[in-house]
This record gives sequence, structure tokens and C-alpha cells, in this order.
Amino acid sequence: MNKILQIASSRRTWAWPYILFMAMFVVLPLILVGVYAFTDIDGHFTIRNFAKFFSHSEAIQTFLYSVMIAVFNTAICLLIGYPAAYIMAQEDFKTPKVMAMLFILPMWINFLLRTVATVELFNMCGLPLGEGALLFGLCYDYLPFMIYPIYNTLQKMDNSLVEAAYDLGANRWQSFWKVIVPLSMPGVYSGIVMVFMPTVSTFAIAELLTHNNIKLFGSLIQDYITTTDLLNYGAVLSLVLLIIIGLTSFFGDNSEGEEKGGMI
Amino acid sequence: MGKNPFIIEVNHVSKQFEDGKYALNDVSLQVKKGEFVTILGPSGCGKTTLLRCIAGFQVASSGDILLKGEDVTKTPPYKRPVNTVFQKYALFPHLNVFNNVAFGLKLKKEDPETIKKKVRRALKMANMTGYEERKVDTLSGGQQQRVAIARAIVNEPEVLLLDEPLSALDLKMRHDMQIELKELHEKLGITFIYVTHDQEEALTLSDRVVVMNEGKIKQIGTPTDIYNEPQNCFVADFIGESNILSGTMIRDKKVEFCGLQFDCIDTGFGENQPVDVVIRPEDIYLWKVQSDKVQSDKGPDAASQAELDPEDRVPKGKFTKWYGEVQSCIFKGVHYEMRVLTPDGYEFLIQDYHEYLPGTEVGMLVRPEDIQIMEKEHYIYNYFEGEVTKNGKVRFIDAEWEVEPQQIEGFEPGEKVQVRVPFRSIDLQDYEEEGTLSGEVHFILYKGNHYHLTIRTDEGHDIYVNTNDVWDDGDRVGIVIPPSAISIQKSESSHE
Repeated sequence: MNKILQIASSRRTWAWPYILFMAMFVVLPLILVGVYAFTDIDGHFTIRNFAKFFSHSEAIQTFLYSVMIAVFNTAICLLIGYPAAYIMAQEDFKTPKVMAMLFILPMWINFLLRTVATVELFNMCGLPLGEGALLFGLCYDYLPFMIYPIYNTLQKMDNSLVEAAYDLGANRWQSFWKVIVPLSMPGVYSGIVMVFMPTVSTFAIAELLTHNNIKLFGSLIQDYITTTDLLNYGAVLSLVLLIIIGLTSFFGDNSEGEEKGGMI
Repeated sequence: MGKNPFIIEVNHVSKQFEDGKYALNDVSLQVKKGEFVTILGPSGCGKTTLLRCIAGFQVASSGDILLKGEDVTKTPPYKRPVNTVFQKYALFPHLNVFNNVAFGLKLKKEDPETIKKKVRRALKMANMTGYEERKVDTLSGGQQQRVAIARAIVNEPEVLLLDEPLSALDLKMRHDMQIELKELHEKLGITFIYVTHDQEEALTLSDRVVVMNEGKIKQIGTPTDIYNEPQNCFVADFIGESNILSGTMIRDKKVEFCGLQFDCIDTGFGENQPVDVVIRPEDIYLWKVQSDKVQSDKGPDAASQAELDPEDRVPKGKFTKWYGEVQSCIFKGVHYEMRVLTPDGYEFLIQDYHEYLPGTEVGMLVRPEDIQIMEKEHYIYNYFEGEVTKNGKVRFIDAEWEVEPQQIEGFEPGEKVQVRVPFRSIDLQDYEEEGTLSGEVHFILYKGNHYHLTIRTDEGHDIYVNTNDVWDDGDRVGIVIPPSAISIQKSESSHE
């Protein structure tokens, strides 16, 4: 009896459900992607799929296009998000909670529904769907992921640092660029990572907002994976994307050391 | 116009917050060039607000601040020739030591060679040579404080403002830094304004001390003035240990307290004027006396009794002596601290290099020049403006109080009256709900044989209470005033 209790109360026991979950839904799929990428349709080992990717100009172009869209989206989110976060973090700003809530509120609803609603909105206003609509939709979906980490770092920042800058002769503009911006970089990094990565691999938003006219890398992967005889090639594309994203996040981590990151 | 000797002039500055409370209430202060001035007071007294108004981080609600004769009341901080050393250092964590110190110089666009030279000199002044490339978060608290000082003085300000700069350091480090700051002040020759809640720091460092409480300046003076001649109970109580007693000024140079008459050196209080008397614990001389005599003796004639060790260190002469029994004795390092109780129930705190064990009968005397006399700020009675209500009660300090019907005989309901309540007859209850009104113990003064409390009611009125019960600062109390203690008079305001 005691022994059972002992086992039940040990931390190791409680970890098992999580380990099982991770193995099933994170590790196993990763292994499967790897296995499919290195095999042909009959299950024999091959690296022909990789060779195909590097000579497949459409895939590479789509990839570059996706990265470009993601860069644009990240830049727009940063340009809109930073000032919003800055204003919210000001001490004399009376209702930061309400504002944060308003930014978070759309996220209570599934992003697909929101995207469908965006499509309707564009139709209602008689605006054409396409690249512009795509960027609008992406920005709408990912803006909170930019605002929140930046708001977090700005809010935690010691106000006396800004006062110290004023005291040493910096005007508002100078103290913003020389103190506030450098100190909020950890938040900016996590904001960038959290917006950039999911945008590169997005596909549903692109499909809905461009009537499937613009293909992003995510849509391409989806196309191949749902086509039985191209499954292995789809796996290669996934793997390539995974590695690229892994690399960017690795760079992001390095540049800020073991900084607090400021994620939600 | 002649040359203005003051570098900083603060004229009738008040700072009111949104909730209507005053952080500063009509504060005026002049600082001479090169002076080391300390603003001293308990937390929440407004000292930091005053400093921030001088630095420009806060704008005074009224009054003005002059720097070198120029009105800077509304000038932003980056245009003032002052620099601040912040309480928590406020070093920029993304810059190394060199770039932190060079921050102000780079903004002024000085050339790199000059910057290098100036930074090196400032770091040398602050004893931080060789730390240029270090990240600030790898430095200890004391080192960070030195960098903060270097960062401020490198800009060659005319006034250096220091906001409790040593409060985050440990005791030993604090003492070392105090000496360094004093040396730095002499080397630089600029004006230092230093905010602290540590009275020892204030007394050791400054040329002048400004004692503040509740947004007001209570006294400005040299450290010796502040210590030896406190102008009011707050200063006497806040600076060092003291025995504060209620007394009466019989005539010039003659004061009565504890039922005895003493010679003193103060004049000009008038005759038979109630006063507060302050005696520092180290100013009372102690010697051992034969025990059986003590009970029966008191008064000046007691000097004739058998004294066991009237040693050389007790001054000879015609001094008023009094007697008591040592209650407790604590070794404090250099001296012993004793509590001595007289047969009439007055307790004295005394510091002496000699140990007198509890139970020892001792004689005490104090030299006339060590008796500090202060005007009483208030005595015996609380006075309130009130009004007789329809239901036969009296309304004052935002509450209705029960009185006997005969007390309000001859007063019309609604009539304005003046209410007088003796300090002694107010009862304080442990449970707030047992009182007609509730409040908080705001200030405690031990007067030798009783406590003199200031109770601040929830509505913000101050009531003075004398009691023998022990309360702590911040205790919540219920206030009860028995009907017999309330005396009602026709309001005098109509005659004014």
C-alpha cells in the first residue's frame, strides 16, 4: 500500500502522460516526416526527393515568395505593434488592461472563422481579394503576437532608466532610441519569431483571402501531402521548412543570449 | 543687483496629487553654491518629491524653483544643469561601464578623445578605474553605485542630486561610501543635495540638514543645531534618542518638569508658559546613591544625602539633582543604555560609559545648557468646531457624540459651538468598531511618564491623546469620548 502511494506521489509518475503525449504527437510525427522524406513511394531509401526540390524552380520560388510575404507581414506588425505596445505601457495610460483585452479579444475566435469573416468584409466593401487582402488578413491574425511580448518587456522596464536618460541630457526622442528601443529588443525578437514563423507556413489564410490564386509554401506542402504519390516530396518540403525555421529561431535566441524573451 | 549667493531657490513650492493630498506643502529652501544639503525625513514625508521637483521629473503645483536665479519650474530635466544619482542606480543594462558613463557626453556630441579622457577621469574619481569594459550587471551594488556617481559627475553638473543613494548597500559598505561621497564633494566643489531617511547619514555628511515631515519642512540647520536645539517634538524625536517631557517655563532661565525646578539657559518664553523639554540620553549624569534615602528624598534639598560615588566625572556645583532606580541596562557597544524610573513614575533613557545594573539606586543631574526647551505645539486640550444636533448630540470631527442634556442647555439645535476635549480623557479601544469613530495611531511621543499620541481619524482629523497604554505606530483604534469630557462653549468664530 505504502509503495503504491510512493509511486503515485513521485514526480516521475506524473510525467508519464506528458511524455506519452509528446512522443505520440511531437516526436513520432517528426520521425515520420523524416522517414517519408528519405524514402520513395515503395518505402525504399532515396535522396531523389531532395534533388527534386533543388531543381524544382516552382517550389523554390513559392518558398522565396512565402518568406517575402512573411517578412512584409512581420514588418507591418512591428510597425503597428510597437507604437501600440509603447502607448499601452506608458504609466499615465489609464486603461492598459482594457486595451490589451481588445487586442486579445479576436483571438478567442478561431482564426479560420475570422478569416472567413475578413473575406466577407472585403466582399461587402467591394475590395478585391489578392495580395493586399492576404497581407491584411495575416496582419490582423498575427498582430497580437507582436504587441504582447513587446508590451510585456516595455511594461517591466524600470522607469528610472528613462528618467536617467532625460537627466543626462537626452530629450524624449533620444531617450526613446537610445534606451527604450534597445531595452525592448528581447520583446521585439520574440514578437518577430512568433509572427514570422507561423506566417511562412500558413496556407488556409492564403487560400481563403486570395481565392486560392496565390500559393504560399504552406499551401504547396498541403497540396503534395494530400496527393498520395507525392507524399514523400511533401515531406521533403516540410523538412526544409522545419530546418529553415529552426535556424531562424536559433539565430534569434543567440542574439539575445539567455534573455527573458518576453513571450506571453 | 548683487551676485546671487544661492544656486538653488525653492520658493513656496507645493505639490498636490490627483487625490488632493499634498506631497509638498509650501516648502521654501535656499541652497548656497558648494553646499552639502541633506533632506531628511521618514518615508512618505515628501523628500523625494522635493528632489524630483528640483531635478525636473515632477512639476510643482504651485510656487517656483530657481537655478542660478533662473526660473526652471517648468523646464524639462534634460535642459537643467543638474544630474541625479538614483536610488536603484538606474544604470543602462544594455551598455557597458564606459558607455554608461559616456552617455551624457555622447549626447553632447563631444569628440571621442575628450569623451575617453573625461570618462577615465570620472571613473578614477569614483574609484572604478579598470572596469570600463565590464557589463553593469556583473558589478556588485557598491560598484554599480560608483558607476552611477561617475555617470552623473562626468557631465560636470553644478548641482548633484542624490536620491537615497546608499540605501541598498549593507552597513559596512554604506559607511565607506559615506566617506567617499564626502571626499568627492570636497574635490568637486559643487553643490550636493542628498535625500535620506537615515539620520546618522544626514548628520555625518551635511553642511546643513533639512528635516521634513508630512510635506513640510520642520527645521533647517547645521547638524549640531538640529541635534542640540531641535525646534519641535518631531525633530527631537526623529533625530537621535531623546527624553521629551512636559514642563512649565517659570520665568527666564528657570524651568519646571517632573515636579522639580531646573536652571536652564533659554529665555523669552514668558512666565508660567507650558513647554516641552528635551534632554538627550547622553547628557544626563549618573551616580550611585544609598538606597534607603531615595524613597523619601526628592527635590533640590536631596543633594545632602549620602552619595556613594560622586565621582569626578559628575560636574560639581549647584545643580538640581533627582533620583531613581535603574530598570534595565543594555550594553550598546561604546556605552550602556539604561532606563531609570523615578518614584513619581517618570522614566528616563540614559546613556553612560559605566554600567549600573537594574535595581541600583542612582542620582541624576543635567547641566543647564543641555536642557533644550521647545514651545508646545498644542497642550492639554483638543479644540474642535462643532454643532449641536437636533437629537441632542454634538457633531464635530465628522461624527455625532453623546452628551448629557444639561451640557447643551441653552444651545439651539444647529448652533455652532466650540468643543474642548482634554487629551487625558479620550479612551482608545482595541477594536475600531467599539469607538464612535475609528482612526490610526499616527505619531507617538513618550513624555517620561505617559505617551502623547496623535490619532488620525479616517476622515483625516488629528486628535491628541495622552495615555499610559502602549500603542504602536499604525495601530487601528476606536475613539471614545465620554460625555463628561466634552465641554461646550459658544463658538467664538462669530466674534472674529
